Amino acid sequence: MNLLTDIFLAKAAFIGVVFAITLGIAAYSTYFERKIAAFMQDRIGPDRAGPFGILQPLADAVKMFMKEDFIPANSNKWLFIAGPCLSMLTALMTSAVVPFGDTVTVGGVTFDLQGIDVNIGILWVFGIVSLGVYGILIGGWASNNKYSLLGAIRAASQNISYELAMGLAIIAILLFTGSLSTKAIVEGQQNGHWNIFYQPLGFLIFIICAFAECNRTPFDLPECETELIGGYHTEYSSMKLGFYLFAEYINMFISGAVMATLYFGGYDYPGVDFVTAQFGSTVAGFVGMGALIGKALIFVFIFMWVRWTLPRFRYDQLMGLGWAGLIPLSMYNVVVTAFGILIEKPFTVGIAGFVLLLVGLVVYDQLFVKKKIA
Amino acid sequence: MEISSIWYFLSGLTLLSALMVVFARNPIHSVLYLVFTFFCISGHYVLLNAQFLMAVNIIVYAGAIMVLFLFVIMMLDLKRNQPESKSSLTKLAGSIVAGSLLVIIIALVRQNNLPAPSESTFVAKTGMVENLGQLLYTEYLLPFELISILFFVAMVGAVMLGKREAGERNF
Repeated sequence: MNLLTDIFLAKAAFIGVVFAITLGIAAYSTYFERKIAAFMQDRIGPDRAGPFGILQPLADAVKMFMKEDFIPANSNKWLFIAGPCLSMLTALMTSAVVPFGDTVTVGGVTFDLQGIDVNIGILWVFGIVSLGVYGILIGGWASNNKYSLLGAIRAASQNISYELAMGLAIIAILLFTGSLSTKAIVEGQQNGHWNIFYQPLGFLIFIICAFAECNRTPFDLPECETELIGGYHTEYSSMKLGFYLFAEYINMFISGAVMATLYFGGYDYPGVDFVTAQFGSTVAGFVGMGALIGKALIFVFIFMWVRWTLPRFRYDQLMGLGWAGLIPLSMYNVVVTAFGILIEKPFTVGIAGFVLLLVGLVVYDQLFVKKKIA
Repeated sequence: MEISSIWYFLSGLTLLSALMVVFARNPIHSVLYLVFTFFCISGHYVLLNAQFLMAVNIIVYAGAIMVLFLFVIMMLDLKRNQPESKSSLTKLAGSIVAGSLLVIIIALVRQNNLPAPSESTFVAKTGMVENLGQLLYTEYLLPFELISILFFVAMVGAVMLGKREAGERNF
């Protein structure tokens, strides 16, 4: 019984640490987003609060809490409050199945650096992501504002459309692993056999869908300020608005962690065996956790990089890309992957399929697409 | 804590939220209660150790179908499109039909007296995705494939219905 409580305490502490890391990274993402934007636009960015403006997230939080918490007169009060809460809740729940590291031993207790290792693993992520839209949808409707409603409806249709392609991209990964468990997916990629080498097309589809699911530019149509004022959070002020914005940064970090888990070997890093031999498996486990977070942070940077580089899509282009572009591509990917596994040459067939697709696209473009004369 | 007390709590919650679906005045609230009901049913799947069903139930029903429900209801102008209240005769007929259906179902369950699975032969991992997949692709292969064809036909039908006809206005 003592063992059970020990493991319970260790897991509880670990989950607390994951929450703290997630929230901390989300807070500092706001700072780095502004710094990166400033760098790309040849400005300085926030530099007043503390050295290099490093205390800016704290200043922002104080500002958010101090502002008037306003609820519109004709809004649906309870649902108006529930909207940001649901967004935060679903954003934080996803990290439960991400394997942050291998087994470690702390104070005589051996446990996995993972919230829960369930049989359904990646389906959990998928389910929570599909629930994430409720926060936006409820908040947008409860505001009783047509711009908010339009933003909410855009968010709902966008999320549903891109979930399909995302699910099909994951299926190709599942064909490799033969298990839904995220832990098994990561263990299948150890020693540099990362899925990205076998699934370049699947990764491309997945990252585009991740952008759409997080409502990030170039797919931030739900909060498109040139058309919808602020989109679903037009009526929100104070920390409720803060929660919506915060949930977006949490989603970015978690989707980075999920992409690292699925395609970049999770907590795998070069020289695992060396570190294990020198310092023991516990240190190796924690270094692995650092590696996973590092990979996730690289993805967060890519999210920001794209945001300040690409312009926003038009809404019909967004839907066209999702339904007519990504879904057929991901089906092609599933068929090619299955063929590769059937003849037991997944690597060759995967790369050949990708090259064949590119050649096909170029040929199609040259032969059938009429060029506008500039 | 006894597992049966969790079951009772969950069942009570399910029934309560299902009743609220019917009694809520606001259609949006109805849909949200329905979503909550699906969550409670997913909880029952977890108690049965059927994690895959639980995940699929959440993804398909709570995550996709209910979002579309909300989507459509939000587009309606609720102030103008209030559903007119039915006459008392329809209400009476409805409650009689529903009541007798309830009685029939309860009578059936009691009559058949379904045997509980014996503890010695019960396999706890029946609901896991591996076993479910084995079963679907061996014993129930034909029904499974037929259902996929049915889905495909439904999808084609939906596309046909939603397609713009020639000469129709592009909004």
